[in-house]
Amino acid sequence: MHKPALRHTLIASLVAALLAACGQEAPPPPKAEAPKAPEVITVKIGAASPLTGPQAHIGIDIRNGVQLAIDDANAANVEIGGKKVKFEIVAEDDEANPTKATTVAQKLVDAKVAAVVGHFNSGASIPASKIYADAGIPQISPASTNPDYTLKGYKTTFRVVAHDGQQGPVLARFAAKTLGAKTVAVIDDSTAYGQGLADNFEATAKSLGMKVVAREHTTDKDTDFKAILTKIKGRKPDLIMFGGIDPQAGPMVKQMKDLGIKAKYIGGDGMQTPNFIKLAGEAAAEGVMASIPGLPKDQMPGGKAFLEKFKAKFNQEVELFAPMGYDAVMVFIDAMKRAGSTDPAKFLPEVGKTNYQGVIGPIAFDDKGDLKVGPITIYVVKGGKWEPLEIVKPEGDAAPAATAAAGSAPAATAPAAPAAAEAAKK
Amino acid sequence: MEIFTQQLINGLVLGSIYALVALGYTMVYGILGLINFAHGDITMVGALVALTVVQALAAAGVPAPLVLVLAGGCAILVCSLLGLSIERVAYRPLRRAPRLAPLITAIGISILLQYTAALIWGKQYIALPKLLEPAAIDIAGAQLTTLQLAIFVLACGIMALLLWFIKASRMGRAMRATEQNPDVAGLMGVNVDTVIAFTFVVGSAIGAVAGLMVVLYYGIGHYFMGFMLGLKAFTAAVLGGIGNVGGAVLGGLLLGVIESMASGYIGDLTGGVLGSNYRDIFAFLVLVLVLVVKPSGLLGQSGGDRA
Repeated sequence: MHKPALRHTLIASLVAALLAACGQEAPPPPKAEAPKAPEVITVKIGAASPLTGPQAHIGIDIRNGVQLAIDDANAANVEIGGKKVKFEIVAEDDEANPTKATTVAQKLVDAKVAAVVGHFNSGASIPASKIYADAGIPQISPASTNPDYTLKGYKTTFRVVAHDGQQGPVLARFAAKTLGAKTVAVIDDSTAYGQGLADNFEATAKSLGMKVVAREHTTDKDTDFKAILTKIKGRKPDLIMFGGIDPQAGPMVKQMKDLGIKAKYIGGDGMQTPNFIKLAGEAAAEGVMASIPGLPKDQMPGGKAFLEKFKAKFNQEVELFAPMGYDAVMVFIDAMKRAGSTDPAKFLPEVGKTNYQGVIGPIAFDDKGDLKVGPITIYVVKGGKWEPLEIVKPEGDAAPAATAAAGSAPAATAPAAPAAAEAAKK
Repeated sequence: MEIFTQQLINGLVLGSIYALVALGYTMVYGILGLINFAHGDITMVGALVALTVVQALAAAGVPAPLVLVLAGGCAILVCSLLGLSIERVAYRPLRRAPRLAPLITAIGISILLQYTAALIWGKQYIALPKLLEPAAIDIAGAQLTTLQLAIFVLACGIMALLLWFIKASRMGRAMRATEQNPDVAGLMGVNVDTVIAFTFVVGSAIGAVAGLMVVLYYGIGHYFMGFMLGLKAFTAAVLGGIGNVGGAVLGGLLLGVIESMASGYIGDLTGGVLGSNYRDIFAFLVLVLVLVVKPSGLLGQSGGDRA
């Protein structure tokens, strides 16, 4: 009697194994031998940013933000549609290069990622967005601020930062109202990001009655700005605005000081990094202002906890966009939960309907995929450190608006006001 | 007027750095007829070595002048050895090969140096720690910093010394003999190998000084900085007449001033159609024009013996 019983159990287990194997197609077959464990599906999230090159520190920051989100989600044992989900990061290096970005995008599509967080540079996000759109994979850029990015009509493109169409005018209004600048010289680095920001700034500045006394261009590889700065010096502007990133902004501010230019200097988020202060030198950097989409890191609703968690995990400070990278992943997971599926085709419509309370504040998208409530913070270098100066809401006027995003915002603007006045004096 | 003076100062300082690097191109070309495309990257290595030394010593609280001397010394030492070994390993075996072979080798060495540097120093921009606090001198409303002045004076000093050395010293005479005809020079008792090796060492050492100057002037360095600098310096050498040491000096200064003036005035001259980011077009346009009128460059001997 022993033999048939053995045969029966063998058959039974075989059938069970087969059934289990049929029930779940996505995961690797070895899982099939444990039929009683809940099904685990692996979902890959792509992270694309420059991991090498002059902007690597910013790109790695984004990747680390994504990694942290994925680790948190895995630790929380997320279940989607009744199945346990394990998330995996697929990080790719786009070298801040538009051509490389499209290669990377194709690579991520081929790796069957469910969603992509990326890219950093507008010049990279824009060409890559077509590839993700064709594959139907949702893309959230944590940092690309060129307005064109969401204007291609793709259903798959989103971003969790205010765009230059919001950032440029805010800078201009700040320059006109708070700094009282009458004349301004505008420089950009001839990239999609830099030129976009500078153009938007220029348009609003003109409409506010500021005089643009010089419009100069450099490149994102140059380090010698003496000639254009000399020309600008001759026009005696109250303010110099630069659309570009820190490897240029740093040396430029240093050379400005060498030339004895007294004008104030303001730029966008690309230069609001600790690296900028190092490149410019503390003395030259003092009083330089830059805007960042979003709230100050430590004033984000989930900021403090996030900064500590990030520091504990990677043993380094948050550079810039790690919180945005983190939230981008969480927005995807949130959409997957609501859709009850990890299939991009199913959860993509839910991404657009996001109403999520993230580290950076409430996240909701308009019909183009742009962040609905995008507060912008203006920072100033004081004593070798970036300090928040003023928080501005893009829709409102330059009056420091207490954003709905953070209860601490009004408190932050109050002590910042004397700082603004002080900076204006310089 | 003060703006014009300022642009002139900017251009002359930039140009003196170009001229120093151009010397390395022109000396090697004069003697070997080889365009040493790795020279810009030797300058880059010099810059990064100097930067590393400054970083290490400035943190330890060593006084600034001593830091500069040590940084310069280390850069010169490393670059001289580098130049010497590149010549020995990469160019000497190819001396009798068709001219295309050493040219391609030079490009190969250039890429090798870039990516070795990327491995050692990484691909990020490296910032110079706070070392000097240059004071500004007012010249008719234009600002000249003491650092700019030091760079310009030192560069001119090195160039004058080199010109004198080639003209008056025994080694200089051997260099000129080798330039005219290496085989005959050999027959006359000149050790051609030594002369060529010496040329590489001197060129690389001057390149190292230029690298240090770039680091001090702009405050940053990275692994790819030698490429554009080398290209500009090469252009300067051709503009002045490649193979001619005086020509390299003239070409370098001229190119610096042209670039500076172009960035300053091109926007106004073209009514805003061309911005200052087109300044390189202007510099190369001048090069083309000069070469059309005088193919051997400004100071080059027409129908020269080897060029």
